[in-house]
Amino acid sequence: MIRVEDVRHVYKTADERVALDGVSCTIDDGEFVAIIGVNGSGKSTLAKHFNALLLPTSGKIFVDGLDTAAAENLWHVRKNIGMVFQNPDSEIVAAIVEDDVAFGPENLGIAPEMIRQRVDLALDAVNMSGYKNFAPSKLSGGQKQRIAIAGVIAMRPKVIVFDEPTAMLDPQGRREILQMVKRLHAQGLTIIYITHFMEEAAQAQRVLVMDGGRIVRDDTPREIFTDTNEMRRLGFDVPIAVEMSDRLRKRGFKLPKKILTATELAEALQ
Amino acid sequence: MISVRNVGYTYMRGTPFEKTALKNISFDVADGEVVAIAGHTGSGKSTLIQLMAGLIDLQSGAIEIDGLSVADGAIRRKVGIVFQYPEHQLFEETVGDDIAFSPRNFGLSDEEISARVTEAMRQVGLDAALKSSSPFELSGGQRRRVAIAGILAFKPKYLILDEPTAGLDPPAKENLLRNLFDKPRATIILVSHNMDDIARLADRVIVLAQGENIFTGTPRQLFARQEILRRAGLEPPPVMKLLHALGIDAVALTADEAEKIIARNHLPHPLNQPITRPPKDGRSPELDA
Repeated sequence: MIRVEDVRHVYKTADERVALDGVSCTIDDGEFVAIIGVNGSGKSTLAKHFNALLLPTSGKIFVDGLDTAAAENLWHVRKNIGMVFQNPDSEIVAAIVEDDVAFGPENLGIAPEMIRQRVDLALDAVNMSGYKNFAPSKLSGGQKQRIAIAGVIAMRPKVIVFDEPTAMLDPQGRREILQMVKRLHAQGLTIIYITHFMEEAAQAQRVLVMDGGRIVRDDTPREIFTDTNEMRRLGFDVPIAVEMSDRLRKRGFKLPKKILTATELAEALQ
Repeated sequence: MISVRNVGYTYMRGTPFEKTALKNISFDVADGEVVAIAGHTGSGKSTLIQLMAGLIDLQSGAIEIDGLSVADGAIRRKVGIVFQYPEHQLFEETVGDDIAFSPRNFGLSDEEISARVTEAMRQVGLDAALKSSSPFELSGGQRRRVAIAGILAFKPKYLILDEPTAGLDPPAKENLLRNLFDKPRATIILVSHNMDDIARLADRVIVLAQGENIFTGTPRQLFARQEILRRAGLEPPPVMKLLHALGIDAVALTADEAEKIIARNHLPHPLNQPITRPPKDGRSPELDA
């Protein structure tokens, strides 16, 4: 479980930018939480606090009850919370896929025969077993990102934080990654998923909306995405099915409230 | 005008790793046009724009820009290219210096450079006060705009944009597109797999699949041909997907168009009640509402 208590984070630049301005939330084991927000709303800064890549300027973060700011807890925190970033090219360290996946567990000091097994299972989990001996540079963006995810899985974390993992991918790569994320969640991992893509956030169980360094909404995707005025005010696109339902209601169509998907709109129009 | 004639390109020619990236591509781009190049990763679109900007040498065929071959260094002043994630290429100490880099290289006077920097910052919607900030203190969206301003500052007649809005949030994206596409603007080659952007912005679309040009036409013509999109591994824009989900076989480029089409296909209650169905227990359907 992750508990964030009134966290502020001020970047030590000339203008002392306040990136997080009193954030509190709790993320339970096994949850799939999406975090959305415009550029500069603080979502990536918050993500980097979960595994102590950044420490709060004030406030506390507890992972399984352990304070991330205490040096003696760092090992537990980093071991249990994996991170996947936007650009797979900057995460890949080795010249061969399986070496890359083995990098994390090797650093944990795990016995070589156990590493072998973990790497095989991790590559299997991301459907990349056939690429063990490939050079990562020969893979597509989506495949590289899957290798980066395998590297995190091989460390056996309880939580994976994804910071816009699909931003640099094409539509097919995005579909691959989202499927992977849903499968990992179904297997019991806690997922924290930061994204610009509303249709991806809509797959989560819970959505946190960030604005100006604060969490301004914490609700189900349906409640958040069907609130069109609020979505626009915060600078988000409204899902097309939600927008179209609004337009049709204005034309006199009697439609149920809170239609979220095209399938729901199709049923309502039958 | 840009003319591309019978262009082909093969990587690692004469080795066992030989890979054909482009096969016999021909098209023109008229002055003032917005031409989109769409295709899946590996379709050859990056190779094509690198050839058009003279960044890699032609192997076969010809590309001419205003009658000059791309091999001629003079085209460098006519063609601006904005790569994916251009913010990774920022390197100067201040925003102003970074934007001034190319006009300075072209030997413009200091006043002219300063005027160009101010104008380019305005064009991409960057606050003039940021001129003396370090680009590395800015947000991702602001850095992107600094990088694009650096290209606009030398006033290229042709602008090649490679996924210019990737990673930007909706307001930043809208802002940038408005700044780049509102007239007066350059002749634009837009590389994108975002069909929504192509629908709204492009006059014509060239679709590449495995290095071949499999379609040239307007966005409207393209979206009427599902088989082309499937073959190229592209997704129709969200409005089209919505129409398909509603079982409507029609082409719409915008939400406005889609709304009218849906309204026509599903007349509102109570008129949309099938006339053959007798009202339940004698009540008229209106009363059920």
